[in-house]
Amino acid sequence: MYPVLIATVTVAVIGFVMGMLLITVGKKFKVEVDEKELAVREYLPGNNCGACGYAGCDAMAAAIAKGEAPVSGCPVGGEPVAEKISQIMGVSAEAQEKKVAYVKCLGSCEHTVNRSNYIGIHDCAAAVSSGLSPWECDFGCLGFGSCVAACQFGGIRIQNGVAVIDRTMCKGCGQCVTACPKHLIELIPAKASYAVRCSNKDRGPVVKKSCDVGCIGCKLCVKQCEHDAITVENNIAHIDYDKCVGCGKCAEKCPAKAIEML
Amino acid sequence: MNSSLILIIITTALVDNVVLSQFLGICSFLGVSKQIKTSASLGVAVIFVMTIASAVASLLYTFILEPLNLTYLNTIVFILVIATLVQIVEMFLKKTAPPLYQALGIYLPLITTNCAVLGVALTNVQDGYGFVESVVAGFGTAVGYTIAIVLLAGIRERIDESAIPAPFRGAPVVLLSAALMSIAFMGFSGLSF
Repeated sequence: MYPVLIATVTVAVIGFVMGMLLITVGKKFKVEVDEKELAVREYLPGNNCGACGYAGCDAMAAAIAKGEAPVSGCPVGGEPVAEKISQIMGVSAEAQEKKVAYVKCLGSCEHTVNRSNYIGIHDCAAAVSSGLSPWECDFGCLGFGSCVAACQFGGIRIQNGVAVIDRTMCKGCGQCVTACPKHLIELIPAKASYAVRCSNKDRGPVVKKSCDVGCIGCKLCVKQCEHDAITVENNIAHIDYDKCVGCGKCAEKCPAKAIEML
Repeated sequence: MNSSLILIIITTALVDNVVLSQFLGICSFLGVSKQIKTSASLGVAVIFVMTIASAVASLLYTFILEPLNLTYLNTIVFILVIATLVQIVEMFLKKTAPPLYQALGIYLPLITTNCAVLGVALTNVQDGYGFVESVVAGFGTAVGYTIAIVLLAGIRERIDESAIPAPFRGAPVVLLSAALMSIAFMGFSGLSF
């Protein structure tokens, strides 16, 4: 007999026996998975981004099927997904507002005064830890693209030294929000029509020296707004989107042009 | 006979501790040692798998590989057996104890490729252990693994609450603790019978 043949046959037989054993045990200990859970999982995006607060889409599907999570719990899928899931679950979806990310800085190369040249690791967090800001403004976008790297959907690009979000590509998962070491990115309602594109908390004169599109905290917009939607806190204007009707009077009057029409 | 079995248990569990002296199964040792409860459950799973794996491996070796002069195939055959066993344990747990299954998470499948389990099966053969001795050695090694992982989990639970210098936080301090434990366990090598 050929030793090779014996060896092969032996291993094959052992493997076969083990395989059969697995099949038997697998059938005996089969766990019934909720049909609803599978159906719900089908409609979830499957990016496993974790924006819903669960450990991936599978965990989210299980939570929805059990009724622990709302059918509209997936911020990435938004309303279309919520609608489909609500059909599966047999409940009506509470209309959930779709949100998109928004960079609260307009400090591009032509607007902001350059202070120093950062030469090092091309990453925002690394630049922040070096303690040097390329711009005179200490609050603005560094433009090294940590958010671009964090975005799974290719919705962010660096334009003229500042991050710009493509609102049609953004799924509102919030990965860039956590990635930005300057905390410049915020999730705002997709239907919002105006936004303050600055985060500088310095007082007016200081802002003026560093950037010509910075919010100087002059409160002209607060006076213009007929719906009390704007507040100025820490020398920075903030729009309350529950109250904003999108009339645009604030943007018209803003002397620094820091309020942007979306 | 009895005293030699006890000797095997002490040797495998303490003197030649699988994690701290032989440095096998480090992955799950560091991965699942965040909480005493989870690590103890993994320890139990490992005890179960290792004991059965040692028994089956020993039987296969004595009754199939040796008569056919195929002892050189022991590694591949043992891997086959261990992988199957872990799969079965996984199915069993998924059905009977879902919380435990979720707590063990990715680390249960990792026992499949845990070199500690394979290591025990191979060491048993190397040391020329018979069936009973193999089972006892497997059990002892797994107990040693459980001791090590539960101890580390206890230390880590305390580490979490203490002020650690920033550069040491997270993995570094865990590795250091494991290293100190390993040094402590070297004390057992002075035991003589």
